[in-house]
Amino acid sequence: MSEILVLVDHVDGTVRKTTNELLTIARRLGEPSAVFIGSGEPPADALKKYGAEKVYAVDDAEIRGYLVAPKAEVLQQIAEKTSAGAVLISSSYEGKEIAARLAIKLESGLITDAVDVQAGDAASGGGPVTTQSVFAGNYTVQAKVTQGTPIITVKPNAATPEEAAGAGSVEQFAATVSDAAKAAQIVASQPRTATGRPELTEAAIVVSGGRGTGGNFEPVENLADALGAAVGASRAAVDSGWKPHSFQVGQTGKTVSPQLYVANGISGAIQHRAGMQTSKTIVAVNKDEEAPIFELVDFGVVGDLHTVLPALTEEINKRKG
Amino acid sequence: MNIVVCVKHVPDATADRRFESDNTVDRVGVDGLLSELDEYAVEQALQVKEKREGEEVEVTALTIGPEQAADAVRKALQMGADKGVHVLDDAIAGSDAVATSLVLAEALKKIGTPDLIVCGMASTDGGMSVVPAMLAERLGLPQVTLASVVETQGDQIRVKRDGDTATEVIGATMPVVLSVTDQTGEARYPSFKGIMAAKKKPLETWSLADLGVEAEKVGLSVAWTQVEETTARPPRTAGEVVTDEDGSGAAALAEFLAAKKFI
Ligand SMILES: Cc1cc2nc3c(=O)[nH]c(=O)nc-3n(C[C@H](O)[C@H](O)[C@H](O)COP(=O)(O)OP(=O)(O)OC[C@H]3O[C@@H](n4cnc5c(N)ncnc54)[C@H](O)[C@@H]3O)c2cc1C
Ligand SMILES: Nc1ncnc2c1ncn2[C@@H]1O[C@H](COP(=O)(O)O)[C@@H](O)[C@H]1O
Repeated sequence: MSEILVLVDHVDGTVRKTTNELLTIARRLGEPSAVFIGSGEPPADALKKYGAEKVYAVDDAEIRGYLVAPKAEVLQQIAEKTSAGAVLISSSYEGKEIAARLAIKLESGLITDAVDVQAGDAASGGGPVTTQSVFAGNYTVQAKVTQGTPIITVKPNAATPEEAAGAGSVEQFAATVSDAAKAAQIVASQPRTATGRPELTEAAIVVSGGRGTGGNFEPVENLADALGAAVGASRAAVDSGWKPHSFQVGQTGKTVSPQLYVANGISGAIQHRAGMQTSKTIVAVNKDEEAPIFELVDFGVVGDLHTVLPALTEEINKRKG
Repeated sequence: MNIVVCVKHVPDATADRRFESDNTVDRVGVDGLLSELDEYAVEQALQVKEKREGEEVEVTALTIGPEQAADAVRKALQMGADKGVHVLDDAIAGSDAVATSLVLAEALKKIGTPDLIVCGMASTDGGMSVVPAMLAERLGLPQVTLASVVETQGDQIRVKRDGDTATEVIGATMPVVLSVTDQTGEARYPSFKGIMAAKKKPLETWSLADLGVEAEKVGLSVAWTQVEETTARPPRTAGEVVTDEDGSGAAALAEFLAAKKFI
């Protein structure tokens, strides 16, 4: 069985949930090998818990501080050495750019933003079959890579992480990185301040606020906390400076696909829908009964969020208590 | 200084976008326009030009696409770009991002590898966000992508990038490939004067042969990825909508969430 490379998505060595999802998918396609680019001991225990047979550890001392290109070179070298069967990368902006460069280097087809990946049947040539959600979630597309090593970027929540013991044997990999790859330099970096809430793209429940909050996000945040949810925002709320851009849901923000999405004071413009339309259950609170968001909802309340949300939060806390 | 903005003509996102029977995007039956996200790229290109007073700066708008794609270039000319290039060739139809980036890269070389190549953060139809990184790879240039703030000085460029886990400042020496987000600031509307002036601006049309690209390298039949099936999502069946009266909305919503086991 061929090795399926999974680029480990981590923050200072702490493996993100998306990596466990990728390892789970990799097991459907072949033998999962994790590629850890970072410093210090690779988190082998965390990786083998989800089935990593091998962990390629690449010390990032020389490439930290440069944008994207060095990581693509590292992956190219490992993919060539192992004759990898596929490369899986998380569908973040950085992940997609690494994948883009890798596709050119390996002369291989690239599929981005997969919401599902399955092993194709041998009769049709095998190889992974991906599902994507396009045109603001109005179409699903099934596709395959037909040349080279399939490179696939996978969206968060595309699979339920399943534990499976892997050998997790660590192999140090000495990659050579060209000077050309170091041409775009990270001059300064300000890590995102932790919100103490779940990561927006990974959360099972997302509670969002829009222009209708009038800038007061407290009712939205209190409801989110009662539900253990992440907080999101429309672009109108972000453009008004009420929330940083990292909270934005939609075409030019994050795409979320939680079990439950609660839209408050959000009209439901196509660009917003593009980021949340594939949520399993959708709920909205909006004082305008004509708001297009109501076309999508499983349950909607026509009302003022400033009274509906606090009452709802109180009711939830009462039921929990 | 030479700046080239890569602009894409896309089906209108607010129209009923769909696929052709060969699973390529229907680019004829649906009204098209300059991808909104590429307007931000044109705007930033023009701002770099305007800030470099006293320097000779030329902004070229470049597109690849069918006949109507020339409209995307025209819009960029109306906004203030100096000249346009449209790569038009039937063989290109159905190309994937890999092939698109190949043709763009060759066109950029023919223009005479510019100091600054500006792209949008994503096309509003495919939305892959990969072409800028592919261009950088093909041309061997640094990529400064997903910029929310852009500054150039001499041959240096610095941008702010809101990354996945951090906000970063990225620096590089031009020539570079730059892509900009919708956080860079509103794009200008073409003025009446701009619309009139655009009519006199040069717009060249190039074929693959003009670029020395073999037709066998591009198009649907040689794409490195293949779409096997497209399915329209069944419309969501509209759920229940209640009107809140004296707290009835919150109570009904709590019931719904409890029934769905969210609380
Ligand atoms: C290229 C491009 C990219 C874009 N990308 C995104 C994106 O990624 N994400 C995104 O969200 N948008 C995006 N947009 C913007 C999008 O088109 C809309 O403008 C935006 O989503 C509107 O935000 P909103 O729903 O909060 O505001 P509005 O459309 O103004 O809606 C506010 C809603 O709040 C309701 N309301 C007001 N007061 C109350 C109250 N007290 N209680 C309850 N309801 C109330 C109103 O009835 C109204 O329906 C993009 C636009 C473009 C052109
Ligand atoms: N056919 C095209 N013609 C010109 N520029 C393009 C084309 N396709 C993509 N681009 C550029 O690449 C950016 C990202 O596109 P994509 O990778 O398709 O999301 C766009 O915003 C454009 O600037």
